[in-house]
Amino acid sequence: MTRQPFVTISDLTVDFDQGHRFVRALHGVSLDIARGETLGVVGESGCGKSITWLAALGLLGKRARIGGSVRLGENELARAPEATLASIRGGRIAMIFQDPSSSLNPVHRIGRQLVEALTLHRGMAGAAARAEAARLLGRVGIANAAQRLNEYPHEMSGGMNQRVMIAMALAGEPEVLVADEPTTALDATIQAQILDLLRELRKENGMALVLISHDLGVVADMADRIAVMYCGRIIEEATTDRLFDAPAHPYTRGLIAALPDIGGPKRRLASIPGTVPPPDRLPPGCAFEPRCTLSIDACRAGRPALAGMGLGHHVACLRAGQVLARELPHGEAGVTAAMSGHELVPA
Amino acid sequence: MTPLLSVRDLKRHYAVRLPGGLFGKPGVLKAVDGVSLAINRGETLGLVGESGCGKSTTAKLVLGHIPATAGTIMFDGASVTARHDANWRALRRRMQMIYQDPLGALDRRLTIADQIGEPLDIHEAAMPRGQKREKVASLMDAVGLRADMAVRYPHELSGGQRQRVVIARALALDPDLLVCDEPVSALDVSIQAQVLNLLDDLRARTGFAALFISHDLKVVRQMSDRVAVMYLGRIVEEGPPEAVFRDPLHPYSRALVSAIPTPRTRGRRERIVLAGDPPNPVDTPPGCAFHPRCPVAIARCRVEKPALVAEGDRAVACHLAGAGARAVQPLAAE
Repeated sequence: MTRQPFVTISDLTVDFDQGHRFVRALHGVSLDIARGETLGVVGESGCGKSITWLAALGLLGKRARIGGSVRLGENELARAPEATLASIRGGRIAMIFQDPSSSLNPVHRIGRQLVEALTLHRGMAGAAARAEAARLLGRVGIANAAQRLNEYPHEMSGGMNQRVMIAMALAGEPEVLVADEPTTALDATIQAQILDLLRELRKENGMALVLISHDLGVVADMADRIAVMYCGRIIEEATTDRLFDAPAHPYTRGLIAALPDIGGPKRRLASIPGTVPPPDRLPPGCAFEPRCTLSIDACRAGRPALAGMGLGHHVACLRAGQVLARELPHGEAGVTAAMSGHELVPA
Repeated sequence: MTPLLSVRDLKRHYAVRLPGGLFGKPGVLKAVDGVSLAINRGETLGLVGESGCGKSTTAKLVLGHIPATAGTIMFDGASVTARHDANWRALRRRMQMIYQDPLGALDRRLTIADQIGEPLDIHEAAMPRGQKREKVASLMDAVGLRADMAVRYPHELSGGQRQRVVIARALALDPDLLVCDEPVSALDVSIQAQVLNLLDDLRARTGFAALFISHDLKVVRQMSDRVAVMYLGRIVEEGPPEAVFRDPLHPYSRALVSAIPTPRTRGRRERIVLAGDPPNPVDTPPGCAFHPRCPVAIARCRVEKPALVAEGDRAVACHLAGAGARAVQPLAAE
C-alpha cells in the first residue's frame, strides 16, 4: 500500500514579532499524515510541537508571520482567507487542547456548546441537533447523555470535560483530529480511559490523529509514526518501533534514556547536560550541539539536514552512523524485535 | 531502631457544604482518613496516588503546617503539632520542603544567594557573614549552580535551575527529613532526570530521609526505598517499589501500574482500564472506598472497610489481597 499523504506541511516557518525584531520559532518543518494514521509529535516545552499545528490552522494571531505551505487535500491553508480557514477548523480538522475546562465556556451548559458546534459545522438545529449532541456524548462514554447535556462544565470532572471536548471535536466529523497534550492534566487511570477512547474513535471513523505530547510513553503507546522536535525543527522521524529500537539522533536517545522505567532493573538516569537554548540565541550549527556528547567540528559549522536512512527513517544528525553503532541506553535492543504489529487502518 | 518519622492514624477532615448553595447540607471532606507511616533515618518513602487522594495534605500535616483532626506525628521522639512555637521551629529546621512550582516557592525580589542563605539568616543568626557566604557558595556548587548566578534573580533562571535553588535552600540547614511534593512535575524530561540524579547524589552524600510525593509512578520507583499507594485519604498498599510495581496486590495499584504507558511496554501492555472517576471525598462510599470502581469487588467490600495488613515487607488493605484479586486480572509478565 502506498501512503497517500492527506495533510502535507512543507517548509513551515513561524516568526514572532517581538516589537523591534522577528524571532523565528519554527525553522522549516515538513510533515505529512495519511488517512487513518496516528502521528506522534514529541519534544520538550518550546520545541515548536504545538506551534506547528496552531500555525497550520491559522490560530497564532497577528504577531506571527507564517511561511511555507500547508495542504489539506486540494486546499492550501497557509495564508488562506479567514473564511476558508473557519470552515476547515472544527470541520475537516478539529483540535483538542490540554486543559478542557478552559476550552469550554463556563457559563453555558454542555448541551448548548455541543449544539453550537453542530449548527456551525453541520447546519443542524432544534431537536435533531440535541439528539445528535446526546448521541455524541454517549459515543465518548458519558452515561446519561441526555441528562448531562443540561450540566455546566464545573459540574463535571476533568476527564469528563475532556470527553466533552472530544465529542465537540467529533461534531464536525473531522478527517484529522489534532490532540495537543490531551491527557497531561489528567490522572493516570483517567489518561488510560481517554487514550483508549481516542484509539477506538480513530479506528471507527478512519480519521487521522495527530498526538502532540511531551510524554514518550503516551506517544509510544498510540502512534504509528513519531516525529521528534527540538528547537523548532524535526530532528528525527520514524515508525514507532524503529524509533525506539534504533533511535539515530543523540537527542532522541537522550530523551529515552532520561525516562525512568516502571519495570526492569533500577539504573541511574542518563540526563542530557545543559538546557534548551532560547529561540533567539540558537547556536549557528546544530541546535543540539552544545549538549551533545558526540559532536565534532562539522556540527558547529553547519546545520544538518533531515536525511533519509531507509525504512522511512529520517534523521538530522551528522553523527547518526556513530549513534546507531552505540548500544541502546536501556540495553533492551531486541526486546521489541517481535514487531507488535501496529496496524494501519486502510484509507 | 525507632523511625525518624512516625505517623499514626492521621486524619484531616474539613467541614464543607454540599452543593446547593446556602441550602446545601453540611458535609465532611475526609482529605486524609487514617494514615499510618514510618520513615527511618536515611530512607526515602514514596507516596503515590491520583489528585485529591490526600498526598499533599499528608505532607502539610507532617510538617505541622495544618493541624490534624486526629492522630499523632512523632519526629525523632518529639511530637509535631501545628502550634508554631519555639519547639515547632526547632523541629521544623530539621524538616525541609521542596515544592512543585519553584517560581512560586521563591521570592522574586531576592537574589539567588539571598534565597539560599535565608534559612541561615533565620536559624543561624549568629553565624559570621563570611562563613555564611562560604556555605551558600558550597551549596550552590553542590546543586550545580554556577557561582556567577548568585547575583541573579529567579526570573532569570530556567525551570530546572530554579528547582536547584529550591533544593539548595532546603539543604542549607542540613535537614534530617526532606518532604518533596511533586519536585519534578513541572520540568521537562531531560531536566527532570538531572534533578532526580541530583537529589539521589545529595542523599547519598548527606544522608537525609525523604517523603517523596508524586503522581508519577516511574519517578517514585526511581527515587524510593519504599512506596505507599494512596486512594481517597488512605494508604491501600505499601512495600518495596520493585515488588509493588511488578506485582501489585491491591486492585487499585494494579490498575494504576497497568495504566502507565512506557516505551518499553508499547502495544504489549495488558491494561486494566478502570471505569468512572474517583468518588468525591465528601461522599466516600461505605466499606472499601475503591469498591465502586473495583473489577473484583465482592459483597463484603461494600460493608467492611479493609485494614492495612502487613505480611513480610509488604502491606495491603484489601479483602481479596493475594489470591482472589490476582486470579481475576493477571498482569502480563514483564
